[in-house]
Amino acid sequence: MPEGPVPQARSVAFRGGGFAPRPVGIVGPIVFVTLLLLWELGSRTGWISALILPAPSAALGALEDLYRSGLLFKHLGASLERLVLGWCLGTLAGIGVGISAGLFSLARAGVVPLVSAIFPIPKIALLPLFIIWFGIGEASKVATIFFGVFFPTVIAVTGGIDNVDRGLVRMGQSFGLRWSSVVRKIILPGALPAILSGFRITASIAIILLVAAEMIGAEFGVGAYILMAGNLMATDQLIAGVAILSALGLGVGWLIGRAERFLLRWRG
Amino acid sequence: MDLHLSHVSHRYGGVEVLDDVDFTVAQGHIVCIIGPSGCGKSTLLRLIGGLEKPSAGAVLQLGEPPADSRNPLTYIFQDFALLPWRTVRGNVSLVLEDHVLDQGARAAIIDDVLRRTKLSEFGDAFPRQLSGGMKQRVAIARALSVNPACLLMDEPLSALDSQTRELLMDDLIELWSREPFTACYVTHNLGEAVRLGHKVIVLSRRPGRIREVVDIDLPLAGRSAERASLEALQERLWRLMREEALAADQELADA
Ligand SMILES: Nc1ncnc2c1ncn2[C@@H]1O[C@H](COP(=O)(O)OP(=O)(O)OP(=O)(O)O)[C@@H](O)[C@H]1O
Ligand SMILES: [Mg+2]
Repeated sequence: MPEGPVPQARSVAFRGGGFAPRPVGIVGPIVFVTLLLLWELGSRTGWISALILPAPSAALGALEDLYRSGLLFKHLGASLERLVLGWCLGTLAGIGVGISAGLFSLARAGVVPLVSAIFPIPKIALLPLFIIWFGIGEASKVATIFFGVFFPTVIAVTGGIDNVDRGLVRMGQSFGLRWSSVVRKIILPGALPAILSGFRITASIAIILLVAAEMIGAEFGVGAYILMAGNLMATDQLIAGVAILSALGLGVGWLIGRAERFLLRWRG
Repeated sequence: MDLHLSHVSHRYGGVEVLDDVDFTVAQGHIVCIIGPSGCGKSTLLRLIGGLEKPSAGAVLQLGEPPADSRNPLTYIFQDFALLPWRTVRGNVSLVLEDHVLDQGARAAIIDDVLRRTKLSEFGDAFPRQLSGGMKQRVAIARALSVNPACLLMDEPLSALDSQTRELLMDDLIELWSREPFTACYVTHNLGEAVRLGHKVIVLSRRPGRIREVVDIDLPLAGRSAERASLEALQERLWRLMREEALAADQELADA
């Protein structure tokens, strides 16, 4: 035993923890509702002029009118049709081209520079061209979304394939798996997480382009509705339209989240 | 089927990795390959299994592999190489799916190898749910499922802790005693080499040449009782390795 006074016992200060965000489900809605309430309060008290920003209740009223008139589903239906068509076609083509670029050197050498050159061009800038090529109707709108979705999908798929653990590929080869089996059972599942996170990005791009395309010569569609409201200075309708878009984005994000949870359940 | 390495040399660009390596792996024997880090052991194994072509010399199969062997030269990797998106059964099934087998036969093979590696209860688990030792047993089960004529193992136990390593070594010895398999076993661990090897090949530092071949005539199953002779052997191997390892270390420091 050492001599002297008994040393004082102190617990070691905790300095770990943090840097591990965990889901706190209730906070998001609370922030959202609080902001809406403040906004409503501001409008009611006249602190926010109705000319500058209509009250949420006014926007809700505009939404209700839209629903009553039966136009809501007409606008939404037209938009969804373009969105689904453009996104699916762009994604299918992007996956096809991305897989070839990921697997074959020749395809890669041809595709990658092209994608790098065209991807950064805002597709909205090409819209007039698309209208000349595909006409003022549906085709030019779908094409805008198609091209907007196609290039990022190619990049996500190629990158995903590049990041598949080559050790697993060698393992497959060492067991004499057929080439097609290596691609189907090792490379594609390995690239799937990257492909799915690509979907999140392309879905947002598709919604942005949808609205832009609908602002040019569309009778129906959420974008057309917003444009019309803007032209009439009907800010309550404008906010209602924006809320529809926001809900659309949330819905798509939710769907992709579900798909991720199902397809990537092995990640636990 | 025996394997013969006939004057195998290999280089990567200007770097000579293996120089005139020549030895035979006899059927039913385990050949351990040891040597300092970077001497080309993994490269040698890749050459044997046909994942790379030697710059000179050849790897020869002497005789035909057994007719029921679905993949005569089969690897067991240090990092297990399991597909994280497949269950234990799925990982074994992967290497059987390209062979003509009906559902029942495939399931029977999977059941059999999982039983032999004591994994029967874990068939539906995903790799992330398994400990390192269990993952390597899955890899061993996967390798056994194709009836290999020769197992190629690259430091199969070095990602594991020492207790797990002991247990798995016992498992390997038990597997071998019940049904002798042929194997090339690369390791850093001299203890593993003297426990598992019928023949230990000591490679020199890079470029890897055969420094010495040590035959161990003790039967595998009885070796744990022969501590004294094993330790003497291990000591002898260590003396051989020590010089090479020291010299290799020096070279790296100079480079
Ligand atoms: N694909 C490659 N291209 C170029 N050089 C390589 C390649 N693979 C290995 N080498 C080099 O060849 C030498 C032997 O490598 P190898 O992995 O076979 O050694 P090793 O004996 O298995 O080493 P360790 O004990 O660390 O596993 C090393 O110097 C390494 O840098
Ligand atoms: Mg190695």
